[in-house]
Amino acid sequence: MLSSTTRTGLVFFPAFDWAIHPTHPEREERLLYTQDQVCEEGILDIEGIVEFKPDIAKLEDIQRVHFCVPDELSVITESHLISAGGAKKIGVEVLEKNIDRGFALVRPPGHHAMRVVHGARGFCNVNIEAMMIEYLRQTYGVDRVAIVDTDCHHGDGTQDIYWHDPDTLFISVHQDGRTLYPGTGFIPDFGGPNAAGTTINLPLPPRTSEEGFLYVLENAILPMLEEFKPDLIVNSAGQDNHYSDPITNMHFCAHGYAELTSRLKPHIAVLEGGYSIESALPYVNVGIILAMAGLDYSRICEPGYDPERLRQGPEITRHIQKVVEESLAVWKKGPSIREDNRKKGKLFQRERRIFYDTDHITEIQKETIRACPDCSGLLTIDSRTDIGRRILAVHIPRKACEECRTSGYKTYDSAEIWSYNRIFLQDRTSDEYFSRK
Amino acid sequence: MIIGLDVGGTHADAVLIGEGRILRQAKVATDHSNLFQCVWTGLDEVTRDVPPRAIRRAVLSTTLTTNAIAEGKLAKTGVVVSAGPGIDPANFRIGSHYHCVSGSIDHRGREIQPLEEREIDEIAERFLTEGVRQVAVISKFSVRNPKHELKMAEILGRSCDHVTLGHHISANLNFPRRIATAWLNAAVHPVHRRFFEAVKDSLKKKGFEIPIFVLKADGGTMSLEASMEVPGQTILSGPAASVMGALPFATGAGDTLVLDIGGTTTDMAVLVGRAPLLEPLGGEIGGHRTLVRSLKTRSIALGGDSALRVLDGELLIGPERHGPAMAYGGPSPTPTDALFVLGRALNGDVDASLRGLRPIAHQLGLTPEEAAGRVLDLSCEKIIFAARKMIEDINSKPVYTVKELLSGYRVKPVEILTLGGPAPFFAPRIERLIGIQTSAVPHWQVANALGAAMAKNTSEVTLFADTERGIALAPEESFTCRVGKDFDRKAAISLAFELLRKKCVKAGASEPELDLEVVEDIQFNMVRGFSTAGLNIRVKVQARPGLIPEYQKLAQSMVNCCLLP
Repeated sequence: MLSSTTRTGLVFFPAFDWAIHPTHPEREERLLYTQDQVCEEGILDIEGIVEFKPDIAKLEDIQRVHFCVPDELSVITESHLISAGGAKKIGVEVLEKNIDRGFALVRPPGHHAMRVVHGARGFCNVNIEAMMIEYLRQTYGVDRVAIVDTDCHHGDGTQDIYWHDPDTLFISVHQDGRTLYPGTGFIPDFGGPNAAGTTINLPLPPRTSEEGFLYVLENAILPMLEEFKPDLIVNSAGQDNHYSDPITNMHFCAHGYAELTSRLKPHIAVLEGGYSIESALPYVNVGIILAMAGLDYSRICEPGYDPERLRQGPEITRHIQKVVEESLAVWKKGPSIREDNRKKGKLFQRERRIFYDTDHITEIQKETIRACPDCSGLLTIDSRTDIGRRILAVHIPRKACEECRTSGYKTYDSAEIWSYNRIFLQDRTSDEYFSRK
Repeated sequence: MIIGLDVGGTHADAVLIGEGRILRQAKVATDHSNLFQCVWTGLDEVTRDVPPRAIRRAVLSTTLTTNAIAEGKLAKTGVVVSAGPGIDPANFRIGSHYHCVSGSIDHRGREIQPLEEREIDEIAERFLTEGVRQVAVISKFSVRNPKHELKMAEILGRSCDHVTLGHHISANLNFPRRIATAWLNAAVHPVHRRFFEAVKDSLKKKGFEIPIFVLKADGGTMSLEASMEVPGQTILSGPAASVMGALPFATGAGDTLVLDIGGTTTDMAVLVGRAPLLEPLGGEIGGHRTLVRSLKTRSIALGGDSALRVLDGELLIGPERHGPAMAYGGPSPTPTDALFVLGRALNGDVDASLRGLRPIAHQLGLTPEEAAGRVLDLSCEKIIFAARKMIEDINSKPVYTVKELLSGYRVKPVEILTLGGPAPFFAPRIERLIGIQTSAVPHWQVANALGAAMAKNTSEVTLFADTERGIALAPEESFTCRVGKDFDRKAAISLAFELLRKKCVKAGASEPELDLEVVEDIQFNMVRGFSTAGLNIRVKVQARPGLIPEYQKLAQSMVNCCLLP
């Protein structure tokens, strides 16, 4: 019987009874053929691979990460709690040392969900990776975490949540935002004033193939991880870079995904997007699972796969080399930018417009962060939408200094309620969450 | 009248039942080297002077195939596998005549790469020179499209005695298990055929031309004729006989834990309401995970004859069995001897038991009575521990829909039924330790043979339809038909029921036994672009496992007349 040297956990939750709507890419059928392939290959019988039932995430798990408007139950369904619970289950099993690594093959996805949630964006409502990570930090005292997002779309939600956190390295590899939703994720977007350089964006040109992805991995991602020394590596394993994906333009393949996983060695992989449900997902998922388990994936191959036809042109290769070069420069100068900002100790502000494409909501956000010499800084968000909601959210970071903490409570207590529908306080130092209206 | 016969590891039990009661029972020591003699003696004893016409059926549960596997007494079997891309099929090598060939079919059943007939021809020639007469052919996703298996069988069938086709043995998706199961089926085929033809002939010579059924691992029966194609289904029928024997006595008000406490092992199983719980994919035998539809059972190496010893002040029970209890002339003390010491068992040599328990008691610093009490408590604790673990595992089994996960049914036994030799003595202790009502079933010594006698036919049909491709197929039934765009779940269910009814009748089910139900029905819209291209439908229907109608009268009379110790 086949057995793996790496104890590998799987949560498989295809949510066969849940869809955004019947013909939406995020529908019941999405993981059907993946299930068929995983079952037929006999993966769950491999010695050392163990399947777990997902947990159901709790509202506290959401409140550790998000500000849901008006509240959690209004913006999620049970399916979101199960998919987040699936990721959480894998995280727990890894931290409990019952498995070495694990893969949460769950839906719906989460990496477009930002800190403030007014509705669904890019098929996502809550950020399942962030919910898992913050739960693990709270429960097991995990500190430094790296998230490598290999979905074809920029992981703008995860980026937003960790924009100001110097202990979380967020690296997103995606199709250039000038050619694909959500249209963000450029090299100069490298994190907030206290966390400059711990957000890394690697926008790749359309038609990037296996060669390009592995080049980025070897020359940017792995060296950065080496230096960052994370306690935990999380892979947001979107599968829409596949050459057959109907809504993207990349040339990645099942073998490439397996190779990438094998070299990245994530502790936890979480499925994100990927909508080529017949031609890509069954093979990519099997490849990822085998790679995680340390098993041979050299014979994984999609029907009709032709590497010659998918080979990237020399101009693409040159473009990718430039992206890597520039990102490394950003990575190198990050620490000094942080230092400079912290010395100044002033307030930084940014104003953004965020579009919820799935729910058709436009949000205007004004974010204020204190460049704090002692911690990652108190964050306040003033958010209003075109459906007439306005909230104030106060986030006290996990390792907040006393001054930021006190100031956070003061902001929360003194805000004038008549200006807002609701005021929120998320105190990560004490793992508490308050709201008033 | 009905005959039930169950061959166990130590004994073979036979019963003759009729008029709502047990008319005769026989116990024969199992002789694995001459199983036929042992079965024949059992049958002969219970049918002595019985007019052949009075017997309606005989159901046999034997260890024939199970032992053939355990002892490696299998036919030389060739395996031909067509896998295509994926995990290297060399990992699933089984037997010493294993060949991988070209060809590939995808998850929707589309042919990706054709079979190379020339390769099969060459293998056929090799098998001929090597004397391989039994062959199993398996292709990946053959249950979605059996084309390649059919072609391989056609070519190899010209020169071999028997070919097992992967898609005939199960419709479940699991290529490695399909390989192992098809191999087992082919490998036990000759021994099964020879044995049962001999049984049938012998009965015939005696004038008994009665319908013969064999018990399957899922607790159901099938006709002897039907079993000739799928002898692999009879592997692991032993635990099934016990579970079916306990079934009439389950209240059905909640879940029941069944404990068959034998000489060497204790087998456990679960009834949900009155339905025995099955393995999701199939049972495991001799280290091979299979697709043989089986009851979910767990076995621990602890029984009435387990050897007792003390190591570093700690009492150990089993896992070895050196022989029967000292009370029955065995070589070393056992839990059964503990029963004698406590005066719970009679008709044996109590002094021998005491002699055996004394050194154990001495090493533990206890009186022999106290030590005997400790032995029984520890045995029960071990059984309870294993049962709890089994139930925990059942409850942690993943489900794939939001509804199932939220409403998640959890198995929680409200009663425990025990059978097997020491059953009535263990029952009160188990009850005290676990706090769940525990009792021994009436006629606990032959409950397994009764279970075999009373089990009804079980059959299952799996239908898969893909209206975009315009096909419906039930792989195990060799059934394929074209379907139109209007074919839906409802149509699929009624087609599956039609196939199931035919299958049940063919397997020897009588009309009153036909209690059919839908086990699984899911239908997916296959959306391509932004419109629905077709439906992907998966339907599983079965004849509900259970007992033939006569059981009620029998169970009633047994409860009434049975005197528990």
